[in-house]
Amino acid sequence: MLKLKRSLVLGGSALLAASLALSGCGGNGNKEGSGSGSTGAPASGATASPAPSAAASGGKIEGGTVRVAMATEPDNLDPYLSAATDTGSMMDNVFDGLFEGGENSELVPAIAESHTVSEDGLTYTFALRQGVKFHDGSDLTSEDVYYSYAKLSGLNGKEPLSSKFAAIESIDAPDDYTVVVKLKEKDAAFLAANIVAIVPKDYEEQSAKPIGAGPFKFSAYAPGQQLVLEKNESFYNKEQAPTLDRVEFKFMPDANASVLALKSGDIDMVPGISSQGALQLGDGFRIVSGPQNMVQLMALNNSVEPLNDVKIRQAINFAIDKDVIIRTVAEGNGVKLGSNMSPAMKMYYQEGLEKRYETNAEQAKQLLKEAGYEQGFKLTITVPSNYKFHVDTAQVIAEQLKAVGIEATIKQIEWSSWLEDVYNKAKYEATIVGLTGKLDPHEVLGRYDSKYAKNFFKFSSPEYDELVGQGRLEIDPEKRAELYKQAQTMLTEQAVAVYIMDPSRSVAMKDGLEGFKMYPIQKYDFAALYYTK
Amino acid sequence: MRFYIRKLAALGSTVLLVSVITFLVFQVLPGDPAEIVLGVDADPHQLAELRKTMGLDRPAAERYWSWVKDAAAGDLGQSLRYHRPVADIVAERLPVTASLAILSLGLTLLIGVPLGVYIARRDGKLPALLLSAFTQLGLAVPSFWLAFILILVFSVTFKWFPTYGYAPWSENPAKALQSLFLPSLALAVPGIAVVIRYLRNTLLDQFRMDYVRTARSKGLRERIVLYRHILRNSLVPVLTIVGLLIADTLGGSIVVENVFALPGLGNLLITSIGTRDLPLLQTMVLYIAVIVVCINFIVDMLYRVIDPRIRLKR
Repeated sequence: MLKLKRSLVLGGSALLAASLALSGCGGNGNKEGSGSGSTGAPASGATASPAPSAAASGGKIEGGTVRVAMATEPDNLDPYLSAATDTGSMMDNVFDGLFEGGENSELVPAIAESHTVSEDGLTYTFALRQGVKFHDGSDLTSEDVYYSYAKLSGLNGKEPLSSKFAAIESIDAPDDYTVVVKLKEKDAAFLAANIVAIVPKDYEEQSAKPIGAGPFKFSAYAPGQQLVLEKNESFYNKEQAPTLDRVEFKFMPDANASVLALKSGDIDMVPGISSQGALQLGDGFRIVSGPQNMVQLMALNNSVEPLNDVKIRQAINFAIDKDVIIRTVAEGNGVKLGSNMSPAMKMYYQEGLEKRYETNAEQAKQLLKEAGYEQGFKLTITVPSNYKFHVDTAQVIAEQLKAVGIEATIKQIEWSSWLEDVYNKAKYEATIVGLTGKLDPHEVLGRYDSKYAKNFFKFSSPEYDELVGQGRLEIDPEKRAELYKQAQTMLTEQAVAVYIMDPSRSVAMKDGLEGFKMYPIQKYDFAALYYTK
Repeated sequence: MRFYIRKLAALGSTVLLVSVITFLVFQVLPGDPAEIVLGVDADPHQLAELRKTMGLDRPAAERYWSWVKDAAAGDLGQSLRYHRPVADIVAERLPVTASLAILSLGLTLLIGVPLGVYIARRDGKLPALLLSAFTQLGLAVPSFWLAFILILVFSVTFKWFPTYGYAPWSENPAKALQSLFLPSLALAVPGIAVVIRYLRNTLLDQFRMDYVRTARSKGLRERIVLYRHILRNSLVPVLTIVGLLIADTLGGSIVVENVFALPGLGNLLITSIGTRDLPLLQTMVLYIAVIVVCINFIVDMLYRVIDPRIRLKR
């Protein structure tokens, strides 16, 4: 039996870029604390354990309301039909899963008390916590887990709602508090999928009035205005029970306006604040920054001339100075990358790859010459125009490429068009985008599998497919990590893209609001937040 | 009677034309509504499911035609993005934009007309010159920038107004007015400048007219000459401008609603384009076309009230 010991990084449910925010990439971070306060552990945010630290700052107040500026509206309140990151980060407070993602990318038991995996890696047995109640007052039992998982996997006879659960062969509920899941084949990514929301059996109104078992209850949603959550008085986990009475997410499409609203005291918290925004704040506010497990990259279309030549791609990698981009575009708040994996994924991250292409114009020119492009060539970089962060990056890159004779033009297109032309149809030469980290390395690196439908890199390598294919089946954590590390190295050697950085995420809040925890994904745990006097 | 029939026919053809153009433009724009909602990391299963619920498995032309048929029968369809009847969504948003438009129009007239008269009367004097310079500024300043300045000064520094949001009139009229005042002002400023300049020029032209000299030589007091004769004659061109300004207000509300996070039509319009929500956009375009045509109609009617000559011609 394998006991849970792996450290997993939770992935965002959708690319940060999925939001239609006009605010540009939320990832550009800011220097720690522009005013007062906590410069503590940067990654884990302000305070790890809410209760004891409160005394120091003057005592915890029961109750209170937090007003949070959100750039986008929820796509769907039903957790199974929603994919937007912003929606997930709001509704995560309403729903709990068998596990929850922890601050250090670990899986924390939530509704499940413990679990075991059979020797062959095919059978997972979950023991559920007793006394968990949904917001409508009904008990959460194995029947509800069965219903939820049957819906996700398609075992209820309908279309499956998640491909992560498609590998399930059967689900059993031998008693009220035990669930046994059998898989068709070994799937090392399955365990991390269990953070998905558990919903009450036979309740079909999730899109209108969501009901979960999380620390907050859904109260109201007014499109274009706000989404309101209220404290769940009978939350099962007394230690992590919420202190706040109410959380109001205000939809504010304009990033500058939300900063001004924070400044004037009309709202209390702005997640994903830009560096410029943070500079405006001054005293009375606090900014918490941390890595966000995102990979900002310049994808190169491996199927078009001359980018189909590995030497050309390597030349581009040699020509670009990522440090300059981090310094200028992200104001220093980013971690340099070498492959499609953020260091936030500690277990799977292959170190040292960021040093593979030290900026070297001579070497770049040499490679261009070998590839028969001594005179350079023209390159179009297509960028989604609503992400200022990526547009700025493109400008720096275009300038750097000029030095080796590559003449880059920047083409800005609307996000919807980007999704269609670049992401779906791969009609592009180079593009800059941020890919958020996922729960499991397979979801991150599986993008480059030649059989993956949305492999917009057009990278195709049988050896690579073999590597990630093995990774999917390998249950031993060490061996599995090794396979994915090899896959990362291959991406770097083949220079499939220019892997730029993992930009930090910054959250601004007013002083007196304590207990904020930074997660390696976009997750806001409002149960841990409280006001001090 | 023929006048009304002609206007009605114009309304019908405008709305139809606008609707067809909207549809055609949407066909050219790339983008799949289901994918836009779900984003880059959408699960293929989720995507298929959403496409089906949105009805995207049917050809576009067929979807459009059934929308036209239903709309003619009074059913404007379901929004792809919000999964709710379009008519309900628009009905929720319309009061916000309507209040914004009325307030900003009110401010435009309340401030613009007196100042226009004032400048015309004191033409060439220092205060009038200064005011003229300010109207230049009012014309040149973009609304969104002005909106930020207003927030910075009146909301952040003085805290007289909220920085964002909307309180419905039915709940708290005082709060509603408070939340709409700054956005209306930001929207009204360019209009105020236009009205002042326009009114000044027409008034100055009128001052030189023969009838003014006649009125004066008759011994009428200056106030009566100005308000009863000159102003009335100057109102026809100003009315034309005001009619155009209302249509402008609808456009300007897109920007201002975004900055003040007001749940109005302008805000919704942007969302519906970004999410390729054709039923929602079609309906809004329809509403806006009807509103603009109606405003033109009202302006035409007002001409006849102000100037009897226009009445007599027909």
